[in-house]
Amino acid sequence: MRAVDALMECLKAEGVDVVFGLPGGANLPTYDAFYDAGIRHILVRHEAGGGHAAEGYAKATGKVGVSLGTSGPGATNLITPICDAMMDSVPVVFLTGQVRTELLGTDGFQEADTIGITMPVVKHSFMIQHPLELPRSIHEAFHIARTGRPGPVVVDIPQDLSRADIPYEPVSDVHLPGYQPTTEGNQKQIRIAAKALANSHRPVIYAGGGVISGNAAVELTEFGLSDRFPVTCTVMGLGGFPAPHPQWLGMLGMHGTRTANYAMDEADLIIAIGARFDDRITGKLSEFAPRAKFIHIDVDPAEISKNVPAHIPIVGDAKNILPRLTAEYRALEADPGRLEEWWSRIRSWQERYPLTYADSTDTEIKPQYMVKALYEATGGDAIVTSDVGQHQMWTAQHYDFPAPRRWINSGGLGTMGFGLPAAMGAKIGCPDQTVVCIAGDGSVQMNMQELATCAQEGIAIKVFIMNNGYLGMVRQWQELFWDKRYSQVDMGQWPDFVKVAEAYGATGLRLTDKTTLVSDMKEAIATEGPVLVDVRVTREENTYPMIPAGKAARDMVG
Amino acid sequence: MTMGEPGTKEALSLEELEAAVGLRTGRKHILSILVENKPGVLTRIAGLFARRGFNIDTLAVGPTDDETVSRITLTLDGAVHPIDQVTKQLHKLINVLKIRDLEPEETLARELALFKISADGAARTEVMQVCEIFRAKIVDVTRRSVVIEVTGTYDKVDAFERLVRPFGLVEMARTGEIAISRGRGET
Repeated sequence: MRAVDALMECLKAEGVDVVFGLPGGANLPTYDAFYDAGIRHILVRHEAGGGHAAEGYAKATGKVGVSLGTSGPGATNLITPICDAMMDSVPVVFLTGQVRTELLGTDGFQEADTIGITMPVVKHSFMIQHPLELPRSIHEAFHIARTGRPGPVVVDIPQDLSRADIPYEPVSDVHLPGYQPTTEGNQKQIRIAAKALANSHRPVIYAGGGVISGNAAVELTEFGLSDRFPVTCTVMGLGGFPAPHPQWLGMLGMHGTRTANYAMDEADLIIAIGARFDDRITGKLSEFAPRAKFIHIDVDPAEISKNVPAHIPIVGDAKNILPRLTAEYRALEADPGRLEEWWSRIRSWQERYPLTYADSTDTEIKPQYMVKALYEATGGDAIVTSDVGQHQMWTAQHYDFPAPRRWINSGGLGTMGFGLPAAMGAKIGCPDQTVVCIAGDGSVQMNMQELATCAQEGIAIKVFIMNNGYLGMVRQWQELFWDKRYSQVDMGQWPDFVKVAEAYGATGLRLTDKTTLVSDMKEAIATEGPVLVDVRVTREENTYPMIPAGKAARDMVG
Repeated sequence: MTMGEPGTKEALSLEELEAAVGLRTGRKHILSILVENKPGVLTRIAGLFARRGFNIDTLAVGPTDDETVSRITLTLDGAVHPIDQVTKQLHKLINVLKIRDLEPEETLARELALFKISADGAARTEVMQVCEIFRAKIVDVTRRSVVIEVTGTYDKVDAFERLVRPFGLVEMARTGEIAISRGRGET
């Protein structure tokens, strides 16, 4: 059979039920194979939309997402999703077309060195050099994408090779001698960690996206509840511990709660689980958690002691390690009374610094209220995607995520335009769940073309634009740190989002009244098909609290 | 650190915990890296070093006894770089099979260098004396120049260079060190 037909067999063998892509010259053979392969293909309007949709699908389902583009510009349009997937450890296989082998290196039409361009931002990549390599490479790509610390894998397939006739036999094993992720944590280290916990008086559990991608939310919760451990999560880890909860401190970091950041600051022992001490968490590194010793659990050994030296490193899967740590800890029968003083300190912060904002007294919609209204309208039971900026932080702060894989955002790369296509992918992966996207009026315009895809395919996502007419987070920084010199942040009231929605064949709504917001949102969610809602909010509102960049937790403002 | 007997409730004091800080060793490191002999592998390694800000002092690539495997020997300064972070990042590359951070006292390291010296007349005799001391070979002679081949450790080649430079060093080419461990065990 043709190599591309073998490719289809490989995708089916990997359990792929949907792919997101856009055809072009170099991947014409692949698209010919899709014609009757029986795999659902979503025709996106821009490859970046397809890449983010594959990410959204992967984040919502835990399965490997698949995204396709042709050679040259098709592949370069995928760079942002590839880099995004790398930064947030999302398992996605990107299949790119490439010019015929005889044209390689000649600056042929639509030729780009896809492998070279993507090399710094992939977990791994394969350049197919012989058609017989294709099936094995595809299986290896899926294996690498989903195991260990997940990530993006690119497979670049020259057009002529993809047409070649090959004998196909199913490949059942992968042979990657240089790739053997450690999943099982070292028992001795786990025991030392348990003892350290039993001897700490001011512990904090600091969990990140690894808990979500490692499917370890239940294990994290059980571990947290094995004593009265205070728990905080990064923006990537939200939903890893059920919020709200008496032991939940809220998110930490630049726009985290004062309680979470102050607890990190005063902790004597911090247990980091699937988190990577990003600068948005630590602030000024030399003043980060100055009193703490660190237990660091991560499946990627290179993360351990990368930014903050670990006292007790444990390499492996959180899902493997946490139950064993819980058991070891329980066996020690530590005195829960020793945490009494710590909790009274934490409670005093919680009382003194709740997440709050000055709500309007008229019909004006404050952005924070918009998030709370959406929480109410969805009953807190939706998959929520977001773009990047103020709306993302307000959602992370004010929408309590009770379970993992409900909160899908671009944390590491901070990709504007992520939310709408990610919602599209999430909805396809989880058709029975309500999928909403909280978007910024700036961000949403970066991948709004996918509304056409949603309309065509009947993908019923509900997009709520938090419209303040600004690139809000940049405006906030200009206000706070650049003497209010607003440089190129005013987006005005263009476009008319209601008309845009209608032009794309979606439902367009505009909401401006706080008093009816919850019921209007419920109505929008109940409306069939894709819906784009333009919610007009206070123009100049700041996301607080905030640790200014490069400052310490103690320097929080707002 | 005392952690008590396994499974006992013996206390562990947080004060006793020490982090693996001081990751900069302050000495030269020779990393011997076995990689799959596939296209683009060297680019991946070079790219990783560039991206993470690691600076390679010398780099040598060549075949091994197994044709599917190549050996990359590179040296870098442990005073500037956290070596464990370098090796951990290298390990993340799928094509990297094995990395050894070679212990200096258990390692034989050699490089090959070619020196072109503008030595004529009396100077030439002196150059030949230096060559003899260093067990270097003259591999090309003209009336106005000699080309000398010298092998040895990086430091030995450095010392040789210092001695012959005053005679008129026209140019020099060095391979960078390759290394293998002493004794029966595999590097």
